[in-house]
Amino acid sequence: MVTTFEELIARDERIEPRDEMPEGYRKTLIRQIAQHAHSEIIGMQPEGSWITRAPSLKRKAILLAKVQDEAGHGLYLYGAAETLGVSREELLDALHEGRQRYSSIFNYPTPTWADVGAIGWLVDGAAIVNQVPLCRCSYGPYARAMVRICKEESFHQRQGFELLYTLAHGTPEQRRMAQEAVDRWYWPSLMMFGPPDAESTHSARSMAWKIKRHSNDELRQRFVDMIVPQAEVLGLTLPDPDLRWNPERGHYDYGPIDWEEFKRVLAGDGPCNAERMAHRRKAHEDGAWVREAAEAYASKAAGKGGRAAA
Amino acid sequence: MTLWEVFVRPRRGLSHVHVGSLHAEDAELALRHARDLFTRRQEGVSIWVVPAAQITASSPDEKDAFFDPAADKPYRHPTFYELPEGVKHL
Amino acid sequence: MTEPVEGTGKHGNPLNSLAIGDDCLVLSHRLAEWITWAPTLEEEVALANLSLDLLGQARALLSRHGDEDELAYLRDPGEFRNCLLVEQPNGDFAHTVVRHLLYTAFLFELYGGHPEDEVAAKGVKEIAYHRDYARVWTLRLGLGTEESHRRMTAALADLWPYTGELFEDDPGLRAPWDAFVGGTLREASLAVPETGQRTGGRRGEHTEHLAALLAEMQSLHREHPGARW
Repeated sequence: MVTTFEELIARDERIEPRDEMPEGYRKTLIRQIAQHAHSEIIGMQPEGSWITRAPSLKRKAILLAKVQDEAGHGLYLYGAAETLGVSREELLDALHEGRQRYSSIFNYPTPTWADVGAIGWLVDGAAIVNQVPLCRCSYGPYARAMVRICKEESFHQRQGFELLYTLAHGTPEQRRMAQEAVDRWYWPSLMMFGPPDAESTHSARSMAWKIKRHSNDELRQRFVDMIVPQAEVLGLTLPDPDLRWNPERGHYDYGPIDWEEFKRVLAGDGPCNAERMAHRRKAHEDGAWVREAAEAYASKAAGKGGRAAA
Repeated sequence: MTLWEVFVRPRRGLSHVHVGSLHAEDAELALRHARDLFTRRQEGVSIWVVPAAQITASSPDEKDAFFDPAADKPYRHPTFYELPEGVKHL
Repeated sequence: MTEPVEGTGKHGNPLNSLAIGDDCLVLSHRLAEWITWAPTLEEEVALANLSLDLLGQARALLSRHGDEDELAYLRDPGEFRNCLLVEQPNGDFAHTVVRHLLYTAFLFELYGGHPEDEVAAKGVKEIAYHRDYARVWTLRLGLGTEESHRRMTAALADLWPYTGELFEDDPGLRAPWDAFVGGTLREASLAVPETGQRTGGRRGEHTEHLAALLAEMQSLHREHPGARW
């Protein structure tokens, strides 16, 4: 007998592309992987704008390599989504037409160089906490993409931390820049884990399908516990007056999150939603003639008996 | 655009392993993209790119017919054989 | 700045490491400007790789003349010795491809003539890939569609005036460069344009584009004199 989807899930085995799977499982994965891929691509913008202004050649090389990795991660993820029977063109169209989302965190601006550091430390830090459990996700191609991504991302968080550490121990102006950036990114990074468990619409089903392994609040707590001691090493404060160690819980307590702001940014009313989308659409449209030329060249070469002219 | 599957030989002495897929209009571009995308950290010494449409795959429905017959041929595995004490290099 | 002692290449001239370091620095910056604007996601990765290779070469070459950051961030345009070709704006993808073909075909010959130079000996492998990348795209855009052919023709007309300058120091590189570039253009159905020539970069006389590029590149570094990053 053919092993069923439910049996494979129960035995904690991976589902692979040509296996039978419930339509809901497939749709949930497409939505999640696509959103993840779009986030990598849109996420290049806030930091990418600093590559041409990086204050030293070493920092320039690091940032360039980092933003390049994000493009690469987007590609790994689009590839994983394509194994579910949807094409990259369809996914990019859905992004460009606003039918699919990307992480709201990238709708915040990066006014100073220190924001590059805060993104690396807090945003990539939160992403890693979210992503490590996805390496064991039940869908094989997604899990494998995440293994590769997590391996590559470990340098992203470190470069951010090191960048901030250098600023925090630099001139008074550099120090102020670092503190202000941390003040800007702390709350949005906590929101990256999604709404509280009680209000999370897709959580329960995703947990049952082993797409998701931990709840939003569990991961958020893990992140807070991780960054509080790191902030102390940086010598910077986190802008949360309620942050304190709770010996009974064995965790840090943190203050209430402004979910109204989260919903506003999610709904498209964040500081940079419109500009991020306009940038992405323009890049895609400006590149259309290049893609058409390469396509035309390939079909002409194929017409000559499949021999590429080069 | 064509979808290409990418296989990388991580180092000499090992087989090419499937690492993912990418888009390119032709084989030459696919090979270059594969080099840029999948070997940014010196992960390979050789790359294959294959149009995804050119791969014929066994279907999961045929899985039992394809792979179960091998399950009752334990004599294909070296652990099937019992060796007397003290025999080495076998 | 100290004057490094340099070996002598095949053609009898030492590698002008300050000028070539500046070429690599400026061209790397131009390629980095593409990030988030590339025609495909695969090209985002490819262009970043090209930029990183050149940045690495720039750092190695400039370090022979002093602190790499002082040289990159604290010199004024008139002190830069890069050729005019590399400072020309990205324009459309055709301009970027043509600029890369014309420049890396030159750098490939230059590095190849300096096996005694560590950066050149290592860099020639990277630049061989760059030259090949530019060739592959020149063929696709030259032969692809009417529009791409038209854009390539326009890019060649805009950039050809800056090619003569490449051979001021070493005229011997011109013949192999002509053979490669000419052959590639012919194969791509593109004609070598007839244009006048402009020079001056190696003497610090630049087009207005370099000042704009440096104003952006140096802005943050100069705002914080003496700071460490």
